[in-house]
Amino acid sequence: MSLRSPLARARGLGAAHNGTHHWWIQRLTSIALLPLLLWFAISFASLAAADHATASAWLRGPINAILMLALIAALFQHMQLGLQVVIEDYVHGHALKFVALIAVKYGTALLAIAAVFAVLKVAFG
Amino acid sequence: MGTRSRPLSPHLQVYRFEWTMLLSITHRITGVGLAVGSILLVWWLIALAIGPGYFAMAQGMLSSWVGRLLLLGWTWAMFYHLCNGIRHLCWDAGWGLEIGTARNSGLAVVAGSILLTLIFWGAIYMLRGA
Ligand code: HEM
Repeated sequence: MSLRSPLARARGLGAAHNGTHHWWIQRLTSIALLPLLLWFAISFASLAAADHATASAWLRGPINAILMLALIAALFQHMQLGLQVVIEDYVHGHALKFVALIAVKYGTALLAIAAVFAVLKVAFG
Repeated sequence: MGTRSRPLSPHLQVYRFEWTMLLSITHRITGVGLAVGSILLVWWLIALAIGPGYFAMAQGMLSSWVGRLLLLGWTWAMFYHLCNGIRHLCWDAGWGLEIGTARNSGLAVVAGSILLTLIFWGAIYMLRGA
């Protein structure tokens, strides 16, 4: 015997009305990050002593530019969801938690936008 | 504001200590560390977009010993979080949840992250000779 209405159970959205969406996107982005991060780490290391011409030629390659954008998308989404959970666990004052959560949302979004802008500027410049 | 004094999850104090707990909190610490490190990634891309002078300065800072130390730390954090992330995904698939298996996979993650970091930096120094 459950206290939840049949409709609530069928929707399966839980107390936050968000269901498993947060959890699922965190997994989805982590799977994408696996190959993307390894690819980037190796590329970044191979550019360790590169000058501007070499590095921008690398990023102008369409495959590199596309993978870089994919990495940025997965990374900042994963990071935003992850930091959100950390804040929800440790920051308990109502106002402070609210401010911290918004700061993480806007901060990660801004970082992602700046990164995308830089990649496109190099790729098309 | 009576809600403030209620016990809050995660209430760690009710559990007997297990060293695997350290692996769990390390996943969180490396996650936050990688998040801070991502600022460095954005800065590097912006430096590339700004132009040759600024990019040369950025590359110089990254290859200084402070830069290398930061990148070494970040490499290990990445490999740890990545390996333990795979461990998490296996758990999500219902695999490896038995206590013995979870301990062994934890040891594998620690050893694997250190080994991968050494191989990665070893390969860089061997291929580049600097
Ligand atoms: C630079 C890249 C990454 C950053 C900045 C990052 C950041 C984070 C953060 C902040 C958390 C929250 C930690 C917590 O709640 O305790 C997290 C969780 C997680 N990360 Fe990452 N992560 C990255 C890469 C990866 C990769 C490559 C994987 C691959 C498998 C991964 C898998 C996971 C998983 C499965 C969780 C959830 C753990 C849980 O449920 O407690 N992450 N990440």
